[in-house]
Amino acid sequence: MKFYFMHLMPYADLDLSYDEKHNSAWVTLPNTYYDPRKGHQLYNRYLDELEYADQLGFDGICVNEHHSNAYGLMPIPGVMAGALARRTKNVKIAILGRALPLLNNPLTVAEEFAMVDNITGGRLIAGMVRGIGAEYHSWGVNPAFSHERFQEAHDLILQAWTQPGPSVFEGKHYNFDYVNVWPRVYQDNPHPPIWIPSQGSSETIEWAAHPDRKYTYLQTFASVSIVARYMKMYKDVAAGYGYEATPEQLGWSLPLYVAETDEIARREAKEHIEAFLQKFLRMPMEMLLPPGYTSVKSMVGAMSAKAGHAMKQTIDSVIEEGKFICGSPATVREKLEEYQSQIGFGHLLTLLQFGTLPAELTRKNMEIYSKEVMPYLRSVAAGKAA
Amino acid sequence: MSFAESFETISGTKIRIMRKGKGSPLLFLHGASGASHWLPFMEKLSETHAVIVPEHPGFGVSDNPEWLDNISDLAFFYLDFLDHLGLDGVNLVGTSIGGWLAAEIAIRNATKLASLTVVAPAGIRVKGVRKGDVFMWSPEETARNLFHDQAFAEAMLAAPPPSKEAMEILLRNKLTFAKLAWEPRFLNPDLHKWLHRIPVPTLIVWGDDDKAMPVGYAPAWRDLIANSRLEIIENCGHAPQIEKADRFVELVNGFIGEVTR
Repeated sequence: MKFYFMHLMPYADLDLSYDEKHNSAWVTLPNTYYDPRKGHQLYNRYLDELEYADQLGFDGICVNEHHSNAYGLMPIPGVMAGALARRTKNVKIAILGRALPLLNNPLTVAEEFAMVDNITGGRLIAGMVRGIGAEYHSWGVNPAFSHERFQEAHDLILQAWTQPGPSVFEGKHYNFDYVNVWPRVYQDNPHPPIWIPSQGSSETIEWAAHPDRKYTYLQTFASVSIVARYMKMYKDVAAGYGYEATPEQLGWSLPLYVAETDEIARREAKEHIEAFLQKFLRMPMEMLLPPGYTSVKSMVGAMSAKAGHAMKQTIDSVIEEGKFICGSPATVREKLEEYQSQIGFGHLLTLLQFGTLPAELTRKNMEIYSKEVMPYLRSVAAGKAA
Repeated sequence: MSFAESFETISGTKIRIMRKGKGSPLLFLHGASGASHWLPFMEKLSETHAVIVPEHPGFGVSDNPEWLDNISDLAFFYLDFLDHLGLDGVNLVGTSIGGWLAAEIAIRNATKLASLTVVAPAGIRVKGVRKGDVFMWSPEETARNLFHDQAFAEAMLAAPPPSKEAMEILLRNKLTFAKLAWEPRFLNPDLHKWLHRIPVPTLIVWGDDDKAMPVGYAPAWRDLIANSRLEIIENCGHAPQIEKADRFVELVNGFIGEVTR
């Protein structure tokens, strides 16, 4: 199993009482809530944390893409990846963006990824996503065409990376007479690894698992039962296509906090994970699921699920559901070992900074995790392989 | 209120049509919420007209065809529809995006039309007059913002939650609505250039308290369509045909009677 340090770079200095006046930290939260002086400090602190992960022996670091919100300050993730490309030496750098349907010219992604891949000598992992529903409001992009724009942008980027240029691309949303991206990707056999982060979607799994692609499906923030269900679905779909999915095709991304004891971990994490859940993730249905973002069938499910329980998420509820792993090194090791053996994922992306978690606790979390959890799980995996 | 319901396949696309009444044909083009039900204003109009109410492709139980990408596609489909049904001398009436659609049809080919009525139509832009962001409204905000008289909103909110089938239709309607109107929002940037082509007498109806498509748009429509008349209904929101059904029917009947004499 491979270990990644994932960052969202939230605006941790957000005035958390914003929700007395605004219904979301997305789309319509005035950017006057953002103080560039504090932002300067945060960006540099967060980049330090990502660089520190390289020194601590993580296999990779992950940056993210979100627009017009306090939840994540990386609207252009290539800026972060570029900064990290030179300051890290060993880690893979996963860009988890890019939100292809939001872009008017997907070739900019082909270029951005190829540049990072060249600078790092092939340490890039190329993420491709559709973005969060809210971003279709912020970016004025029609969610009814989200799926087809994603497919087409993907095909265009793959063509740019794998066919000698110039070539012609004839699509519905994108048309080019001269697809001829300079630089070419460094990982050119045939192209950089592609990861598909998803909140959980059978359509996405069918597509990612196809033998022409075999892309890594990355389940983001979800209860462990959902993670298990979708990863089983991936394996079943792969089996249906006539091959066996490897652990490298399955990844899980979740927030995690490890401290000296269960009690200390819970006490230190509580207000910060709850800020993440209740303040940074806060958005109404109309933002989360604009029309077309998911199929009508999934929407009917989501609407009736919402009618059933519009429950407030707390540290206890997310620990209970296995959406958040929190505890002593022994607790965290035990849970991860159990989940890994049940579910069989090969990439574990941990969000070791979340919400308002301050620098010193983030570092402590990273240190304990890398010293007391990662080596143990690596040795378990090695034991199994032997 | 017994109306006839049928399905017609036009250019490979099957759609549902409700019909009732005798007299000159009146084709009603619904707005974003579709036309699942035969409503009181349709009944009243059917006393003097042969009322035809299709569910647009992508709405209700009509097919959702591959070819449907934008309002232009839908406008050409309705030109096929007029040919298919062999209609002539049609009084075309459309509300909201249905009004926009009616105008898109009329600029392309008005030979089968006798008159045009548009009710709070989308489709053009008046800079500085902000349309309501209906895609951002919660169900409660939607109910409240659609009507001037909050009794209509209360009734809508008090209705029992929709069945799974009804929910599916609501979501399909919203999806097609988004396809047509999300970006640019409720706008065909080229439409205003061609509204002068509408040759038939045109009635423009607007509620004075329309929070979705503000009444500030009404004068622009009147100015862009030469042979047009504007009627503003007082104390009325975005759906005059529902909130002020009697007044709406009186205006439409009066207008059609006058221009098709």
